[in-house]
Amino acid sequence: MKILIEIFLTFAKIGAFSFGGGLAMLPMIEEEIVHTHHWLTVQEFIDVVAISEMTPGPIAVNAATFVGHKVAGVPGAIAGSIGVAIVSFMLVTLLAKFFMRVKDAQATQAVFKGIRPAVLGLILSAGISIGKTAFVDIKSIGIAVVVFLGIWRFKVNPILGIILAGVMGAILF
Amino acid sequence: MKNMFKMFMIFFKIGAFTLGGGYAMIPLIEEEIVEKNKWIDPEEFIDIIALSQTIPGALAINSSTYIGYRLFGFPGAVVGCLGTIMPSVIIILLVATFFIQFRSLPLIESIFRGIRPAVVALILLAVMKLGKPLPKNAVNLVWVIGVALAITLLNVHPIMVIVMSGIAGYMLFREGEKTDEDTH
Repeated sequence: MKILIEIFLTFAKIGAFSFGGGLAMLPMIEEEIVHTHHWLTVQEFIDVVAISEMTPGPIAVNAATFVGHKVAGVPGAIAGSIGVAIVSFMLVTLLAKFFMRVKDAQATQAVFKGIRPAVLGLILSAGISIGKTAFVDIKSIGIAVVVFLGIWRFKVNPILGIILAGVMGAILF
Repeated sequence: MKNMFKMFMIFFKIGAFTLGGGYAMIPLIEEEIVEKNKWIDPEEFIDIIALSQTIPGALAINSSTYIGYRLFGFPGAVVGCLGTIMPSVIIILLVATFFIQFRSLPLIESIFRGIRPAVVALILLAVMKLGKPLPKNAVNLVWVIGVALAITLLNVHPIMVIVMSGIAGYMLFREGEKTDEDTH
């Protein structure tokens, strides 16, 4: 039980102090898991990162679940995944409550007129950084074009698009 | 038509199929919540992504919790958050059990090499779709591209960008609204 609480609190701390999404959490997870608690070796941690990036879902949740499982089995996995989400969860509900009250105010609208294009730039930047590792040859560019046109022109469902891209990868690479 | 079970299934499905973390999920959340079900309009969706970005933690968790809260109050927040987390937990537990076999499969790596470019295409489509309701002018265009370049080339922190843009928006558009009222 003590180990479960420790896993929960460690990941709650990681979740509470990492801005900028899951990838930004990885250095902090390494610090806590490898150097402070000695739950994993550096090599095991590198494996965890690889697996977390290779499996679907938020990277932070994947890493928390994997480490939790490694340390204390299925209960550890649940303690880790809930821990990593709990602080965000509480902050988001507080913020949502507050924002729903002020969102129609003129000042709020002015602020968001500035923020909206910035968010598009932010999402675009994620596309650029994933693109750096994604576009390795002409085949990978071809897949992106096919998926883009399929969804944009022929209204293919995005999840179906991902599955088709996976099939194309299996055939082409 | 709005019900929590349906929302749970949407986030569960998205959590189960998105590789590449939170940003890769945004296009899928947009498709389901804004486009298909019209539960939230495009502008508010962008605002939610912005707010989610200002809070620590994984973007996918923050935005699904926020959308859940916005649609169904506190129970919705719990359901949205769990819907996003559960597929990860299930998949990781399966992978952790069959870890060795999974890693040595070259087929898995090939599949991922196919999926990564698709994620880039999805993100581009999301930017195009979310940009539709924004005023089409040079300022917004420069803003979008400038922010993307500042983050990728100069490593400016995303929160910094949101805060600065909010301040700029407040100064620019608050004045604009005032003169608008004066002319009435």
